[in-house]
Amino acid sequence: MFRPRPPIGAARLPLLAAALAVALTAACGGSEPTSSAPSPSASAGAGSFPVTIKAANGPVTLDSRPAKIVSLSPTATEMLYAVGAGEQVSAVDDQSNHPATAPKTTLSGFKPNVEAIAAEEPDLVVASDDTNGLVAGLGKLKVPVLLTPAAKDLDDSYTQIEQVGAATGHVAEAAAVVARMRKDIADLTAESARRPGLTYYHELDPKLYSATSRTFIGSVYSLLGLTNIADKAQAGAGDYPQLSAEYVLSADPDLIFLADTRCCQQSAETVAKRPGWSKVTAVRTGNVVNLDDDIASRWGPRVVDFLRTVSERVSKVSPAASPSR
Amino acid sequence: MALTRPGSPPERPGPPAPAGAAGAAGPPAAAGHSGMAGQSGAAGTAGATGTAGAAGTAGATGTAGATGRGRVVRPARLRPTWLAAALAVLAGALLVGLTVGAARLTPAAVAGEIVDRMLGRPSGLSETGQAILWQVRAPRVALGAVVGATLALSGAAYQGVFGNPLADPFLLGVSAGAGLGATLAVAGGLPGVGGGVALLPVAAFVGALVAVAVTYLLGRSVGGRSTASLILAGVAVAAFCTSVQSYVQQRHADTIRQVYSWLLGDLSTVGWRELAGVAPYVLVGGIVVLAHRRLLDVLRLGDAEARSLGVHTARVRLTVVVAATVATAAAVAVSGLIGFVGIVVPHAVRMIVGSANAAVLPLSALVGAAFLVLADVAARTAASPAEVPIGVVTALVGAPFFALVLRTRRGELR
Repeated sequence: MFRPRPPIGAARLPLLAAALAVALTAACGGSEPTSSAPSPSASAGAGSFPVTIKAANGPVTLDSRPAKIVSLSPTATEMLYAVGAGEQVSAVDDQSNHPATAPKTTLSGFKPNVEAIAAEEPDLVVASDDTNGLVAGLGKLKVPVLLTPAAKDLDDSYTQIEQVGAATGHVAEAAAVVARMRKDIADLTAESARRPGLTYYHELDPKLYSATSRTFIGSVYSLLGLTNIADKAQAGAGDYPQLSAEYVLSADPDLIFLADTRCCQQSAETVAKRPGWSKVTAVRTGNVVNLDDDIASRWGPRVVDFLRTVSERVSKVSPAASPSR
Repeated sequence: MALTRPGSPPERPGPPAPAGAAGAAGPPAAAGHSGMAGQSGAAGTAGATGTAGAAGTAGATGTAGATGRGRVVRPARLRPTWLAAALAVLAGALLVGLTVGAARLTPAAVAGEIVDRMLGRPSGLSETGQAILWQVRAPRVALGAVVGATLALSGAAYQGVFGNPLADPFLLGVSAGAGLGATLAVAGGLPGVGGGVALLPVAAFVGALVAVAVTYLLGRSVGGRSTASLILAGVAVAAFCTSVQSYVQQRHADTIRQVYSWLLGDLSTVGWRELAGVAPYVLVGGIVVLAHRRLLDVLRLGDAEARSLGVHTARVRLTVVVAATVATAAAVAVSGLIGFVGIVVPHAVRMIVGSANAAVLPLSALVGAAFLVLADVAARTAASPAEVPIGVVTALVGAPFFALVLRTRRGELR
């Protein structure tokens, strides 16, 4: 940079790098080769050890059933508790807020500190991103790390739940969780529930960042046959584009889903007050849906809850509300 | 171009510029931004041309600026032709800004709608079309113009006050302070005040003013009236604010996107409300700065000489800096940190009209407004219907252009 302004030039670099890292992991995480299934030795109901799991970070071997698990990913925490491994979890990161009983600590999954993690004396660490040399650092301490990167579709979620089950000795429970998810999702997205022709806008923050159908969350909406207005932007701006306000207005979505109700205090009321938005079909017809930011940004078992919320709202959109499209 | 060559004597009667003035221009370029050896040279030469331009004003006679070698210094006033040209450029930019966007409104439809509005006729556009044009696009264009004018004018004023071509409106910590304020607001709020995105503009504004106030007090306490100590204090305050901001940001990594889009500059979701919020500060600040434009020219004679002409140099500097800072803080509070406008626009204007502040300041405001409106057009059309951060556009266009300006000017000065 030729320009002498100190903040962006040098001092902000760490910040930009951090933001870039988040963006990159979001973009690349899903493309990691994910394993198809837990290893054959894990077929017994309670699991058997030693077990080797073909995870996103390569084969992970556990000699015995872990009893002090550290989770650095809110989604992984939800998966651990869903498969019944909650009692084995000894510490979770500062973003893991579900279930409420999880032993929340100040550990960070965004900027993990190997020493602080090692101080918990874990026998398994589950994380979504290998930042700050996490896997290598813990590898030196002989602590196995199971990476569960951001899923790009539901199959990734199922695979990760099965991996978590295999790693913790809860193979049967994990299989049951996946089976239940598959059934619930199939019911929620039955032909009768699908509403092709309806358009929607999924909002990540009030600056109009959205997610295209190529993202995990977008792929879930697609199960209901909905059309994502952000898809037109993916060629120029990737999978998480910032949409122009005037584009959102002219695209005139039938449904608006707000995944920024917690972070940014957005709601149907604040959306209606935005300049020009009162003319949008979704606002006029009362179809601005407040989502839970956390549920809408994770790929764990609660994706069923998300889908149920969306499906219920979609089913209430009267056919008349969607004009000749 | 009526610029002196470095080898030639300063084109003004009297002794060379006092050491104090030269010292003010030198150290910051070297200390604040190491690794730019070429810059100090540029600073020195620009200082020399500055005095040349100022000579015309101070002398107030046509002959004072002429040298024995027959070169004539441009009169240091705002020529009507320049003003008309700048206004025309701005008008064109505003028109482009109103007709181009992600929503497909044809230029004819927009033109028809504008005429309909002016004549009070019923609109030919759909309700959504009207909402897009008047509630989304128009305020964005207007705010782009206001922010661009503010940043360019403040940049020109800072360069005049500090006698340093590298000065920009963020020099004394405005951006770092605003960034810290914005981050604190978004990342969980301020003690007793609460937080959230809605609070961001106010927090950024307050943060910017506090940072500059600290810079001023710190600079005064270590260096009295020297502008160099003020600039160095600004570097320290900016570094401190930025590190605190990075720390807070890291503790609240989940809010990174909200702060990030503000840091890169963002006009995407502004409305008339934001414009009304910043207008008073920007208007008052801008008027005060513009009213001091001729005094800034006198300052370029050097402090001693300016004082001998009855100018309170310290008071002029402080007034201009405060006015420019308040205006800049208000602008960035809603627009985010849009870089480069404050440097590239004044230099481009100087390239055309010479370095007299009496002309550079008002023209910078007009050209800055046009520049940012056009940059915003690029920001919202390059990846349409997605947005590109406007700060990326201004730096992407501004940096090569700035290099070109420097090259051109240096070639001429050699």
